[in-house]
Amino acid sequence: MSVPAELRYTEEHEWVAIDGDTASVGITEYAAQQLGDVVYVSLPAVGSAVTAGEPCGEVESTKSVSDLYCPVDGEVTEVNEELDGDPGLVNAEPYGAGWMFRVRVTVGTDGEAALPPGLLSAAEYEELTKSAG
Amino acid sequence: MTEFAGWLMPLRYASETAEHNAVRSAAGLFDLSHMGEIAVTGPGAGEALDYAVCGWPSALAPGRARYTMLCAPDGGVLDDLVIYRQGADRFMVVANAANTAVVLGELLDRCSGAQVHDETAATALVAIQGPNAAGILATVTDLDLPAMRYYAGAYGTVAGCPAWVARTGYTGEDGFEVFCAPEDSERVWMALTEAADGGAGGGDLGGAAGLVPAGLAARDTLRLEAGMPLYGNELGPDVTPYEAGLGRVVRLDKPADFVGRQALAARAAEGPRRVLTGLLARSRRVPRHGYAVLSQAGKQVGVVTSGAPSPTLGTPIAMAYVHTDATGPFGIDVRGKTEPADVTELPFYDRSKQG
Repeated sequence: MSVPAELRYTEEHEWVAIDGDTASVGITEYAAQQLGDVVYVSLPAVGSAVTAGEPCGEVESTKSVSDLYCPVDGEVTEVNEELDGDPGLVNAEPYGAGWMFRVRVTVGTDGEAALPPGLLSAAEYEELTKSAG
Repeated sequence: MTEFAGWLMPLRYASETAEHNAVRSAAGLFDLSHMGEIAVTGPGAGEALDYAVCGWPSALAPGRARYTMLCAPDGGVLDDLVIYRQGADRFMVVANAANTAVVLGELLDRCSGAQVHDETAATALVAIQGPNAAGILATVTDLDLPAMRYYAGAYGTVAGCPAWVARTGYTGEDGFEVFCAPEDSERVWMALTEAADGGAGGGDLGGAAGLVPAGLAARDTLRLEAGMPLYGNELGPDVTPYEAGLGRVVRLDKPADFVGRQALAARAAEGPRRVLTGLLARSRRVPRHGYAVLSQAGKQVGVVTSGAPSPTLGTPIAMAYVHTDATGPFGIDVRGKTEPADVTELPFYDRSKQG
């Protein structure tokens, strides 16, 4: 199971990649495997405001549907249009072509993106998935 | 892996969509050893079963099988069953894993004049389903498969192991179920896998005949597309066979009395108040078990019993119990938002109608 060290994670199995003031969001390989084949992803609209910890979309698989939780506060700048025609990308490349949406986040005076408390490191997330079995 | 009625079972081996598609286009292999097998034997076995279930087992010729139901005195369904007549004095009743104890208890109660034995733990079940199933199985069995009719079965060998092989299944495809001893099941499984790889069915589908192991998730979408009921979803003690569209399995024409006859005759005369209905979603959001079915005025007129994205149709499908006086198109309350759905005839998929 891959848990890239450079990413941050939520307890709801989203990952976040920070690049300047842009946060890219997807779901983890662990989540994708638990869901099974993803058949439809409903994403927030570009331009909408999103709030950390709030549901902002849905991931439908054969057996279940799960809420997608936004890991950060900000404004949605881009969604992965490829997922509409090929939702299986979420299973095939959860950290790559299966990314879901991008959010513009606030950058502090120190030049660092302001992230909500509670995001997990790769090591912490790996621990979480191990204890979940 | 998932816990299922006390058995640890694979939900999927790899991709459940690929497993589903393999069964439709080539073949899939299922480990169904969790299913309950109960033998009813003796000279009075047929008559005993005629009283116990709503079908007419004593009218079956040896080597034939029938889909039937075990009903409560009030006509509710306690389980749906396949009964195989394996000989003049021997029947095998195949029950759902979660209901095996109930079925066994009822058969012990109802079948006076016959012997009832639970053979579940002594019986493994490997199913091979799909258009290439017959070709693959033929290479490892001594049975004349082309001569075997749908819903028929015979004793023979598979991979040299003694087995009861039947042309039955739960996928909407041609296929076979191989009942064998648990200690032989791995050999049967491996022989079928190797026969497929060896090119029994020919072709260039990777593993030559395209046989892939398939799990519970694919089994569920396959049976749903085929419009087949699942106990606990479409069937239960509060449902009669008439509501499920399965009135034909209730043999009110058999001379013998049977448990539930009076209640079922009354239900047959009055007609069902709700009926199992096929729904095609017009949205990509999937209707799932328990979701409300709404009239165009927004009033609840039914409830979804099973729903899934259909790999064959490429759109979500569902079965639902809907009041007989309600007419579509309907809405489905998918977590607070109403999604449109069209009524369609069941089954969603019929292999005999494919081009």
